[in-house]
Amino acid sequence: MSDSPSAPLTTADGVPLKVSLRRASRRLKIKALLLVSPLLAFLIIAFVMPIFDMLWRSVDNPEVSNALPHTVEALENWDGESLPDEPVFAALAQDLKTGQEARNLGLVSSRLNYEKSGMRSAVMGTARRLSRIEPPYKTALIDANDAWGELDTWQLIERESAPYTLSYYLAAVDMQYTPSGEIVEVPDYLQIHLALFWRTFWMSGLITLLTLVLGYPIAFLLANLPARRANLLMILVLLPFWTSLLVRTTTWIAILQSQGVLNDVMVALGVIADEMRWQMIYNKTGTITAMTHILLPFMILPLYSVMKTIPPSYMRAARSLGGKPFLSFRRVYFPLTIPGIAAGGILVFILSIGYYITPALVGGQSGRFITNYIAYHMQTSLNWGLAAAIASILLFVVIVFYMIFNRLIGVDKVKLG
Amino acid sequence: MYNVIKQVAGRRSVRIKRTSLALVGLSALAAAVSAQAETLNIVSWGGAYSNSQQQAYHEPWMEKTGDEIVNIDRSANGLAGLRAQSQAGNVTWDLVDMLPADALIACAEGLIEPLDHDALLADAPDGTPPSEDFVDGALDECFVASIVYSNIVAFNTEMFPEDNQPSTIADVFDLENFPGKRTLMRKPINNLEWALVADGVAPEDVYDVLSTDEGVQRAFAKLDTIKDQVIWWQEGAQPPQLLADQEVAFGSAYNGRIFNAMMSEGQPFEIIWDAQVFELDGWVVPTGKLDKVKDYLNFATDTQRLADQARYISYGPARKSSSGMVSTHADTGIEMTPHMPTFPPNFATAIPKNDEFWADNIDELSRRFDAWLAM
Amino acid sequence: MAIPSYATRGERIWHYVFLGLCSLIFLFLVGPLLIIIPLSFNAEPYFTFSEAMLSFDPAGYSLRWYEDFFTSSEWLNSIKNSFIIGISSTVLATVLGTIAALGLSSRHMPARGLIMALLISPMIVPLIISAAAMFFFFSKIQLAQTYLGVILAHTALGIPFVVITVTATLSSFDTTLIRAAHSLGASPTRTFFKVVLPLVTPGVVSGALFAFITSFDEVVVVLFIAGPEQRTMPIQMWSGIREQISPTILAVATMLVLLSMLLLATLEMLRRRSERLRGMSPG
Repeated sequence: MSDSPSAPLTTADGVPLKVSLRRASRRLKIKALLLVSPLLAFLIIAFVMPIFDMLWRSVDNPEVSNALPHTVEALENWDGESLPDEPVFAALAQDLKTGQEARNLGLVSSRLNYEKSGMRSAVMGTARRLSRIEPPYKTALIDANDAWGELDTWQLIERESAPYTLSYYLAAVDMQYTPSGEIVEVPDYLQIHLALFWRTFWMSGLITLLTLVLGYPIAFLLANLPARRANLLMILVLLPFWTSLLVRTTTWIAILQSQGVLNDVMVALGVIADEMRWQMIYNKTGTITAMTHILLPFMILPLYSVMKTIPPSYMRAARSLGGKPFLSFRRVYFPLTIPGIAAGGILVFILSIGYYITPALVGGQSGRFITNYIAYHMQTSLNWGLAAAIASILLFVVIVFYMIFNRLIGVDKVKLG
Repeated sequence: MYNVIKQVAGRRSVRIKRTSLALVGLSALAAAVSAQAETLNIVSWGGAYSNSQQQAYHEPWMEKTGDEIVNIDRSANGLAGLRAQSQAGNVTWDLVDMLPADALIACAEGLIEPLDHDALLADAPDGTPPSEDFVDGALDECFVASIVYSNIVAFNTEMFPEDNQPSTIADVFDLENFPGKRTLMRKPINNLEWALVADGVAPEDVYDVLSTDEGVQRAFAKLDTIKDQVIWWQEGAQPPQLLADQEVAFGSAYNGRIFNAMMSEGQPFEIIWDAQVFELDGWVVPTGKLDKVKDYLNFATDTQRLADQARYISYGPARKSSSGMVSTHADTGIEMTPHMPTFPPNFATAIPKNDEFWADNIDELSRRFDAWLAM
Repeated sequence: MAIPSYATRGERIWHYVFLGLCSLIFLFLVGPLLIIIPLSFNAEPYFTFSEAMLSFDPAGYSLRWYEDFFTSSEWLNSIKNSFIIGISSTVLATVLGTIAALGLSSRHMPARGLIMALLISPMIVPLIISAAAMFFFFSKIQLAQTYLGVILAHTALGIPFVVITVTATLSSFDTTLIRAAHSLGASPTRTFFKVVLPLVTPGVVSGALFAFITSFDEVVVVLFIAGPEQRTMPIQMWSGIREQISPTILAVATMLVLLSMLLLATLEMLRRRSERLRGMSPG
């Protein structure tokens, strides 16, 4: 709208039209916001705050300063070069005594043990023996557990007394602090997470590629059939899409396991000997096969909706202009489907790198994803900070791809079913 | 158009009914939980082991008191569950079956109650107080053991010729004379011990050797020799299943599960007792639940009950006074004593699991083990 | 996809090869789902076809796994839980999502893209991450191990589906219909019930179906935040598959495949009706 400062338009009651319009639009804006606000509030509590809580937990480091407050205070004036003096040991003895009575040494002993093996029994064993320990504390504590006589124990306590730590992120990318505080790679025999991130990405890439190879012809067929027959065949795509993920995973176990349907058929046909049954599950093959099947509809549907908009006359025109079939396809049709390939590809890739259930059930040892280690640290090793750090890194990757997806396609263009 | 509206209206009322039904269901459930204070939620390991507890403790107790006992098979994630519940301020578990190593940590975190054993537990029939009647290490600050169990390797006898059956832990690592797949637990515990014994380390020196970096390397090097023949299991029910299906020739397992498969299913399994890694297992009480479960705990750990349990599963009772009372298997009537981990011929080369070693080294060795697996 | 009359012989061959390939891919898509149906009637406790089954001997078939299912209090209880949680979270997600979609489809909605991206995020964030995050946070606010906690979590997961389907319906909604109704003398209420609602309902219902199936099929979040009382059917299946594969799982799987067929048929019906109402297709 153009401004005309000399003679502003007004409504009947004398309010300038611009103002009145702005008011009306503000009212509508507020109305729209009000409609969205209950859902926004709900999602913030049930989803966004948990995510931020997890991000916070990946750097949160309260264990040492909570359980060993006097020790931390006494270490403030320590030079960090040689073993601390008696006051620090006395403070430690006091903290351990309080902690033993209050029963809150478990977390700090686990926290320190993640960084230095042996700290769990150093903290808990010493605390249990404390009633028999007499001053001077320095010799008594070193007697009780060798760890107290090692310089790196104290460097560790001093470093991890900070309220926030990068240790979990370092562990998540196979790095660690040296006792003097430098960041280095962990020894080869402890390297695991980077390899798993890498495996998750390349296997997801392969799965995406496979769904594209299998999904492209199907989408092409569906887009070029008369509506009635296309709808009928569409059901074959949507049925797996609507079927429980666990059912689809179970069925692959039934088919692929060594006493399963496929091996039985192969043995019956004489293709393989009974003792030479193929190992197709509980390895990478299992994960890739099952996940390609599960994610295939997510590739077909976006491809189909793009191909549907390409008029068949384009190909006819290309042909009539003398293009060979393959050439016309490659030069005319294929470029038009690239948005669909991008949409389906990013969607499948994002879904794939976050999959947990299928790799856990059919992946065995070699077909595991990084998500399996998030679950492992959540449930078995109970190193929740490390789980949060790995999850945060994965989340970051997903968000980057999600933003690319959003930029390219727009999330509101997503169609379901 | 009218039809459509009618249908819509119809569907709406159906939905409302469903919602209110769901709400009624929810509140009924809440009411049921609070009304029956005598429901005990007992967490254990599931399978044959929970069944033995059901027969030996739960059923007599329910009959005696009218209480209801709910079995929850979550001991495998017991420590995580206790932490989560205590953080949530909503502890629903009343009694948890747990390994002593986990109990030590849970105790230090204040998740479970310290126990005054002599006051809480029943004396032996001859009046011996619990502190003297239980075997060594069975009573810890927050823990009371009920059984001695063992981690062993078993094999399917049909997979080997009769004149060449395996008998030692070294045979498990001998692919030449004893070919076939093996299934082992997907954890470093037990596997590292066995690898060293198979490599010639004496059972009593295992943890000394494992405490050095060369020792750990030596154990992994030995495991390397069978790595591509191993299927790694995560649930206790898997090894008997894999052995029965002849998917594997050897499987590491809890000795009671193998015994159970041999007895109730007649499976042709045999246990290699050589280098068995034995440990205790027992009860802990989540913080705040002591009053609710102390009567049950007294009952379930008395001499008779522990002896009874040994009629259903081949785990040794943790009380000395119960050992003499171990009789025959409830279903088959066979003598139980020779199937116990503590039976002297089985016990000759046994390794007591070193909880302190594993408490200190589990974090690093698990990571190293995972890295080794992923390689 | 007819072959054009000017097609060469090579193209004809290629055409049939292409159709053959497509049939194989369709087989890959649907075959696995169909294979478990006969397997679930196996009289033997195996995951494959027994010889008796292949020779169509009636003795090779039985309903024992279905009987197993319907007499197991664990399975039945888990189904009950799945329905309680599924229905409650569906209702919540549908109500919140539909109201929000009305706002989102307004032209005056500020920061639409940003808000939309936020509302869709539970669908994009990997479940294991949502589950871990909810576990930490719900534990703090005492929602872990409660029905309410699981219901709220599933509501969050179902919301994107409701928002997407309802906004899609609303965006293709022809607002001139409302003006037409007004100009013909209908009151706003009458217009809402007689014009708006019938046109929007199919979108709302299919969104609700998506939300329901999301909850009904969800394992990871329940695995992390639910207590033993909230054991759902997917959890029961999950532990069944991990521990020992009994064909009971195949019986459950077969019933779930039938359920998904039913849902699909409902959705198809809704789609057709919505097209008919908008005059987009004949019939």
